[in-house]
Amino acid sequence: MHIAEGFLPPAHAIGWTVAAAPFVVHGARAVVREVREHPESTLLLGAAGAFTFVLSAIKLPSVTGSSSHPTGTGVGAILFRPPVMALLGTVVLLFQAMLLAHGGLTTLGANAFSMAVVGPWAGYGAYRLTRRLGGGLLGGVFAGMALADLATYVTTALQLALAFPDAESGFAGAAGKFLGVFAVTQVPLAIGEGLLGVLLFRVLTTSARPELERLGVLARNPRDTPTEERR
Amino acid sequence: MRRHLVTALLVLGVVALFAVPLLLGGESDYAGSDSQATELIEDSGYQPWFESVFSPGSSEIESGLFALQAAVGGGVLGYVLGRLRGRRTAEQAAGRRSPTDQP
Repeated sequence: MHIAEGFLPPAHAIGWTVAAAPFVVHGARAVVREVREHPESTLLLGAAGAFTFVLSAIKLPSVTGSSSHPTGTGVGAILFRPPVMALLGTVVLLFQAMLLAHGGLTTLGANAFSMAVVGPWAGYGAYRLTRRLGGGLLGGVFAGMALADLATYVTTALQLALAFPDAESGFAGAAGKFLGVFAVTQVPLAIGEGLLGVLLFRVLTTSARPELERLGVLARNPRDTPTEERR
Repeated sequence: MRRHLVTALLVLGVVALFAVPLLLGGESDYAGSDSQATELIEDSGYQPWFESVFSPGSSEIESGLFALQAAVGGGVLGYVLGRLRGRRTAEQAAGRRSPTDQP
């Protein structure tokens, strides 16, 4: 989902930067507030950031014969709500743009919008919906992680289609073309990311139960939490 | 016991998900989807108007930096999970020593 440096026309680069900036500023304030009011959250915040850091560094093969990388933004969105990931995701993107020539400064706004804003919100929505429909914590985590990943790449494809509409078929044709590159490749990766999220939350529900209860991820009474039933 | 079995199956599922495409892929070169999109755009005649401020000198250095990114993330994640687990073990030990403290 990294749009390469200089690969968005200036008007689009500026537009997406302006669109992403308020989310990132709001996210930075959310992180500061969380750390100030709940210093005990710092450990889990670090874990959420680290998870995104690892996963976005690893390119994995897919059934389409191309490779891509997961985003890992779902964990933080589920634990701390999406605004926190607007900052953490952007930090990861900035690191990759500065040191790895992956993504770029002119495309940072567009990339942050897809990976740090749309992805986390879509994942969080899928997580909440799954839990409300009775999917349990781990079902929600799987849906949230997978959708945060997939939604990021769909957003990138649409951003590129908007910037480079097809000469004949326009935006729709270009969207189909870019979705063909990104979305299908991403499906197995999104499933894999969902499974990794389930693994991580299985550890967290036993080791970080007090934090998860305070964050509202687990119910206060340990006897009627979904994870207890599953064991 | 059942818990460990589920964990093992989950890990196996993740490994299989990425091993199967490699085994079935045959001649495919697994180009990155990011660079495929970049090629699509260049095919339309677009010229990028800005260059990366810093580019790793070679693909070896680039993959090293990616490895560094993963290592930093993995290290922090491992540290946090280790601390959380250690805290739980310590709490359990403390609970056994003075059961009256437990609610």
